[in-house]
Amino acid sequence: MIEYLIPSASTYAGSIDELFTLVLVLVGTWFFLCEGVLFWMIFRFRRRAGVASEYITGDEKSQHRWILLPHMLVLVFDIFIVVGAVIVWYDVKQNLPPAEATVRVVGQQWAWTFIHPGLDGRQGTADDIETVNELHVQVGTLYHYQLESKDVLHNFSVPVFRLKQDAIPGRVITGWFEPTRTGEWDIQCAEICGIGHGLMGARIYIETPDQHAAWMSRSGETSVLAAVVPAARN
Amino acid sequence: MAESASSPLEDHSHHEEQSFWSRYVFSTDHKMIAMQYMFTGMLMALIGGFFAYVFRMQLAFPGAEVPLYGIVSPNEYNALVTNHGAIMIFWVAMPVLIAAFGNYLIPLMLGCDDMVFPRINRLSYQIFLLSVVVLGISFFVPGGGFGGAWTAYPPLSASAEYSLTPWGSSLWLLAVALEFVAFLLGGINFITTAMNARAPGMKMYDIPMVVWMIVVASILFMLSVGPLVAGAVMLLFDQNLGTTFYDPKNNGDPVLWQHLFWFFGHPEVYVVLLPAVGIVAEIITVFARKKLFAYKSVLYTVFATGVLSFTVWAHHQFIAGIDPRMANVFTVTTLLISIPLAEMMFIYIATLYGGSISLTTPMLWALSFLAAFLIGGVTGIFLGASGVDIYVHDTYFVLAHFHYTFFPIAIIGAFAGITYWFPKMFGRMMSERLGKIHFWFTAVPFNLIFLPLFLLGLAGQHRRISDFTMFPDLATEELQALRVFATTALLVMLAFQPVFLFNLFWSMFRGEPAGKNPWKANTLEWTAESPPPHGNWPELPRVYRGPYEYGTPGRETDYWPQDQPG
Repeated sequence: MIEYLIPSASTYAGSIDELFTLVLVLVGTWFFLCEGVLFWMIFRFRRRAGVASEYITGDEKSQHRWILLPHMLVLVFDIFIVVGAVIVWYDVKQNLPPAEATVRVVGQQWAWTFIHPGLDGRQGTADDIETVNELHVQVGTLYHYQLESKDVLHNFSVPVFRLKQDAIPGRVITGWFEPTRTGEWDIQCAEICGIGHGLMGARIYIETPDQHAAWMSRSGETSVLAAVVPAARN
Repeated sequence: MAESASSPLEDHSHHEEQSFWSRYVFSTDHKMIAMQYMFTGMLMALIGGFFAYVFRMQLAFPGAEVPLYGIVSPNEYNALVTNHGAIMIFWVAMPVLIAAFGNYLIPLMLGCDDMVFPRINRLSYQIFLLSVVVLGISFFVPGGGFGGAWTAYPPLSASAEYSLTPWGSSLWLLAVALEFVAFLLGGINFITTAMNARAPGMKMYDIPMVVWMIVVASILFMLSVGPLVAGAVMLLFDQNLGTTFYDPKNNGDPVLWQHLFWFFGHPEVYVVLLPAVGIVAEIITVFARKKLFAYKSVLYTVFATGVLSFTVWAHHQFIAGIDPRMANVFTVTTLLISIPLAEMMFIYIATLYGGSISLTTPMLWALSFLAAFLIGGVTGIFLGASGVDIYVHDTYFVLAHFHYTFFPIAIIGAFAGITYWFPKMFGRMMSERLGKIHFWFTAVPFNLIFLPLFLLGLAGQHRRISDFTMFPDLATEELQALRVFATTALLVMLAFQPVFLFNLFWSMFRGEPAGKNPWKANTLEWTAESPPPHGNWPELPRVYRGPYEYGTPGRETDYWPQDQPG
């Protein structure tokens, strides 16, 4: 049901939404069952004149099975949820499919810096494109992100991807995503990082290959200049 | 508390006539210490509630002047949410549920005249009061109160350069550490008293469930708090002495704190939960006139929950940079802990079967605890399932989930306990009419506050943001309407809390006299005078049976007090 509230724009967003729905159905069953029985008991066993309460210890087998049976069923439902959770988790967080491109994501108080590969498609070269609070990616391309922080904990959160990962100073955390539809959405910092935490929003632009190439050549020029000028000063 | 001058126990050295100071301020009487904890906790609840009012107003009407407060700046907003959380858990739930009910009920329900270590008990409250003072000071120092969330993750909390609250962070942490010391001292008392000072004839399985729950909660607290106290001292050193335990620039590790914090923080949930479910057990048995279904099974579920609660902490850290393989282990343990708690819920519902239920105010609170906590329980499954948590972590879904656990625990549980034991505490009855008005206008708005927040969370709204205009996807009219709705429900709920305060203080002096046992209950506290004198009984009671013998066949009355022979 998450997809009714927010679009899904990555390959794994759908499986996270499905897992959510699975859990919703399983625990929803228990929820309505329990609340139903609870309210039925309250109305059925209201105090009435001349009717005394029954003496039930709950220790006899015939009585205890009313607890034992749902107990076992909860266990079975839990197994389904664990299996689903582990499958999705493995796919999103443990597994790292080979990258077609890599972006570096750097959090600091209170902005995101994104370092995109330039036209050569590689990181750490002169044509890398560095932007603040703007991430440009190409639809249908599998990206690795390399997440860093310069100061405190941040959290790189892209709700339309269903992606969330803490950034920890002193570490580079690598993960992946593959955008599936074009558009422009929020990037959040989802870990409190000080007074400006609420200002640490950014935008993700998911572009068609043509749009993306156009953006690269546009920004590439300014970025190359930026790279050349300090070099010239040496 | 009235002193009974003619008590045959007056030869006991500590039962002589007392001055005002030794009776109300430096008392060693467990009942007076319980009252001190309860009223301090209620005062803190007013402060925590006021903070919630201020930041909910800011969320509904960003940038507007909040009546009784003013403009809310981003750092004030952070300090308000941080301290709302810390106050409600450490300075409301802990003192009211553990310390006030523990102190009041344990000696009275076990049939002894006081705690085993009354002076340690007094010291416990004094240190607690000191922690309240230190916390209060932390709001008014240069830079303002601490705003790094109640979890206080470093490096933000460890360095004034990042938090910009040089004094606030340290004083806040010191206050929390002092509060832990106070509850360690209290816990020693609870455990020792329950193990050693039971009335003659009271076997382990004759102990009322609420006492068991408070004792198990104290054990959990004492086992889990050690690492966090050590962690807090390390954090204080990082803040003030230049150590680098959590500083990655100097080979420290900020994630270490998260482990220490949640190794305590998750058992802490059960530390406050257990007394509340204990209170509910006492109330539903009395007002359904039913024996507690499968007493021993309840006890086993409590022990199982206690043991498992030490194995689930890292589900708070699924996406915090721990080894991703670890998440699978913690998903399994987290879903396992749902089993004893689900079983406890089934048992409570089964207890109602065949009962004769009267919907008094305390019973309404107890039943609403079950209905509401169930929502908190089932929504926890989403968060325990690592795959779903990737998305909902640190959203309002989490916030709504834990308010569906903590509100039933700390607010509904406390109202249940206070309305149920009020006749014993003050010798008079509370008004049922006012009690029911207060109940309905608290329980219904509570749901209206937090149900919309589940939706906001699923729509991607993340926590601790004072103004969503920086996030165009979240700054839509529909989502803002939900925020305004939740805030309105909060205003309604807050508007009806004076009804409770009026009922409390009016009934204290003007209520109908209660007599010893107005609810016709079995447990020992109802055999003492209302209110019980210093020393509790002229002659300590003897116990002949378990606490839940209601509706026993072949008896004229439908209850059978624990102290009646035969």
